[in-house]
Amino acid sequence: MSDLTVQIDKDYTKEFGKAKKLQRLKSFFKGVLFLLPSIILFSVFLFYPLFKTLYLSLFLTDASGATTVFVGLDNYQAIFTSPLFLKSLEVTFLFVLYTVPGTVIVSLFLAVLANEKLRGIGIFRTLFSSTMGISVAAASVFWMFLFHPTMGWLNQLLENLGIEAIGWLTDPDWALISVSISTIWMNLGFTFLILLGGLQSIDSYLYESADIDGASYFYKLRRITIPMLSPTLFFVITVSFINAFQTFGQVDMLTRGGPQNETNVIVYSIYQEAFRNYQHGAASAQAIVLFIVILLLTLIQFKLGERKVHYQ
Amino acid sequence: MTLPKYQKVIFYLLLTVSAVVIFAPAVIAFSMSFMPNQDIMSGRIIPTTFTLDNYVAVFDRFPLFNFLLNSLIVSVVIMIGQLVLSSLAAYAFVFLEFKGRDILFFVFIATMMVPFEASIIPNFQTIRDMGWINTYTGLTLPFFAMAFGTFLLRQSFKQIPKELKEASEIAGIGDLKFYLTVVLPMAKTSLVTLGVYGFLTSWNMYLWPLLATTDDTTRTVQIGLRQLQSQEQLNEWGVIMAGAIIVVLPTLILLFLGQKKLQKGLAEGALK
Amino acid sequence: MYHVEMKDLEKSYDNQKNVLNGIDLAIEDGEFFVLVGPSGSGKSTLLRMIAGLEEITGGILKINDKVVNHLRPKDRDLSMVFQNYALYPHLTVEQNILFGLNAKKVNKKEQQKRLNETAEMMGLSELLKRKPKQLSGGQRQRVALARAVVSHAPLCLMDEPLSNLDAKLRAHMRMEIRRLQKKLGLTMTMGDRIMVLDDGKIQQVGDPITLYNEPANLFVASFIGSPRINLGQAVIKDHQLVIEESIHIPITTSDIGNIIQKNNLTIGIRAEHIFHGDEDSKTHELEVISVEHLGNETLLTFEIGKELWTAKWLGQWRVQVGDKVPVNISVENMSFYDTKTTELIKPATSVVKEQEVVAI
Repeated sequence: MSDLTVQIDKDYTKEFGKAKKLQRLKSFFKGVLFLLPSIILFSVFLFYPLFKTLYLSLFLTDASGATTVFVGLDNYQAIFTSPLFLKSLEVTFLFVLYTVPGTVIVSLFLAVLANEKLRGIGIFRTLFSSTMGISVAAASVFWMFLFHPTMGWLNQLLENLGIEAIGWLTDPDWALISVSISTIWMNLGFTFLILLGGLQSIDSYLYESADIDGASYFYKLRRITIPMLSPTLFFVITVSFINAFQTFGQVDMLTRGGPQNETNVIVYSIYQEAFRNYQHGAASAQAIVLFIVILLLTLIQFKLGERKVHYQ
Repeated sequence: MTLPKYQKVIFYLLLTVSAVVIFAPAVIAFSMSFMPNQDIMSGRIIPTTFTLDNYVAVFDRFPLFNFLLNSLIVSVVIMIGQLVLSSLAAYAFVFLEFKGRDILFFVFIATMMVPFEASIIPNFQTIRDMGWINTYTGLTLPFFAMAFGTFLLRQSFKQIPKELKEASEIAGIGDLKFYLTVVLPMAKTSLVTLGVYGFLTSWNMYLWPLLATTDDTTRTVQIGLRQLQSQEQLNEWGVIMAGAIIVVLPTLILLFLGQKKLQKGLAEGALK
Repeated sequence: MYHVEMKDLEKSYDNQKNVLNGIDLAIEDGEFFVLVGPSGSGKSTLLRMIAGLEEITGGILKINDKVVNHLRPKDRDLSMVFQNYALYPHLTVEQNILFGLNAKKVNKKEQQKRLNETAEMMGLSELLKRKPKQLSGGQRQRVALARAVVSHAPLCLMDEPLSNLDAKLRAHMRMEIRRLQKKLGLTMTMGDRIMVLDDGKIQQVGDPITLYNEPANLFVASFIGSPRINLGQAVIKDHQLVIEESIHIPITTSDIGNIIQKNNLTIGIRAEHIFHGDEDSKTHELEVISVEHLGNETLLTFEIGKELWTAKWLGQWRVQVGDKVPVNISVENMSFYDTKTTELIKPATSVVKEQEVVAI
């Protein structure tokens, strides 16, 4: 009798095992099926190109981009001894240095202003976020005019103040600053919107209890707003960094990398090398450098961010 | 929380000054687009005469309408592609349990670290070798898969109670039906947010359309503007500005309509 | 015939300690079976294992005499009402009720028929076009029930169906569920049963009165009933029962019956069995440390050694904190437990006059 029950149990275990396996297999395929479109496209347009770029960076190529001679790390050696590329790296880092703090500080200022509950604040919020809807091409056209040496408003303003006109886009000392100013303006909208969202999610009871304690406006800003906003700030800074390294459009529109390569940021340099000089190998080596820089930055930011940022 | 009066005045003052400074480039461009050329040359702010000549000229001399249509098609296709792929992927990450899900999720995170600009050379070669230069496919397909969109929707799908899924499992409702009839309708707000965001970024795309188009057939309006600027650079600022205003108008309207939702949605997707 | 049968059912996550252990249980057709236990006791897990939402780690589960361990929820022919009702917020009441029927390929005519029947029965006919948001808590609960009813599944699982309702609605809903059971023809051939679960193990299964009067162990004794049963450490010494070293009760062999053990006893006595003692019947005088008036009942709290004991007296008693009141405590109302094993040695012998309805 007891033997029989044991027998039955055994049979079940086998059957259950089979059924379980089948169900797991089924749910695996279902999961993969839902993810498949994304996975395929990521593979074709992201992961494969990354490895292909690495591969290309070890070769010389013909005008169509086909590999001709394997040169190992020569491309890397070449770009790191090329004054042009080193200049481009320098320009890129300067550009990042100008735009990231500029964007974040101005956006934070605007977001703090626009977070007050005042009548008509909605209009200001919309206006401040509006640059997000303005494309790089259009924004560059706007700024192109403002920077115009004679008709441009900026020089007219200087003239009225009795200051000598500046060659905003033509003076090697000023070109990168000019591009940076226009870039900050372009990025304001998005950064502002995210920061405002962060500010609005801070619980109002924090401010109310500070009010009861009689805290001043700036005390509240320093002790409540900024610490509570730090996850958002952290995100915004990361995004601004990555955006800055990927800048292309405004350089192409405003200066074409000039004057004297003073605005030749890395993506523009890659573009020129690959699609103007048809040096796909050398361009790929530059692209790999860009990839590594962004990868490192993201990792560093995540590491630092983990410790410093106040997460709710 | 009411502010004392003098603080209110300070705030309004700061807000107004900021708004003027920030909106000035756009306002100047807007006003210039209605100015005759002499006004621009003489550096006027307010036009002496109001004219639509610039707009007529830009449509006349330039296949601007064609470019606008191309941009519309490209943006809508990318938007739909992103919505479909992101929502499918987000569904798998939230509602399906299977081996390897966590690894795949990590793969999605990893994609955020690969800048599109760093892989642009092989991508250009791929599109060229497939014969997709100057096609809508070449302009749109690379952007369908989107980690950010997947995360944003994942966040929103997670708000849907697990019990709804379990109830439909007991009732025998399959995943596809649950995805279509429960998840998508319930996540409508986030889908709209992502759609607006996708449309905006696609409309404003610059580098890829520059590479993937060589003639006017599928050229987008941003690259059209680049052409316009380089061709008319010397004198016809009014015409260029008219072109720029037309390029900006659709996205600005979309932004004004969806600012609140966009702000909420982006903050949610970005931060969790 | 048993409808649901469990044999040595087990559940563990990632080969860790078992969440459920050796669950042996048979539930009959038409039975109203209630699972109780503190949170974390495994009752939801057990319910979800029956539903097929959780994998079964070991043992056998049969529904309708068929082993279903490996079947998916939809193949088990059951319905479930969730604690948060799990209504689809974007669908109307009607669509919510019919949502599952489409999947089961029930034809449109039959769907309408069932919808009308169910809506009628649950009093939802007026609300069919509303969205869940526009309904009250009780109405939502009825929609959730309607969804279970309309499926015509022979087994309905409810996970804490009343916990989201306030006390008043809860009592009302409890009656409604019973009425519904009757209407559906699930007449109770036998009384309801309750299973007490703790720490993944069955503590006791039985009808409510048995559980209340003869709890099988200290856990069940203290879990079932409100106010909680009064417990105290006791020893038998010199023909006296000494409770918490403070209450002495003389006992005879007839009182203690088959209790051989003299030490390590725990006694339990229900609050309503600590009577008010008049001149004749008073056995002890105890100092009141707290009084609570519940309308027509009065709860008095006393300090007995390390324990707080409560007495429930019918009527309104004007007693002050600090007063010494005469009480009647007798051995026949006490149940005896082994302190070490916590198992029942001997239940109270008195015939229970009042009957308590046990809350879920």
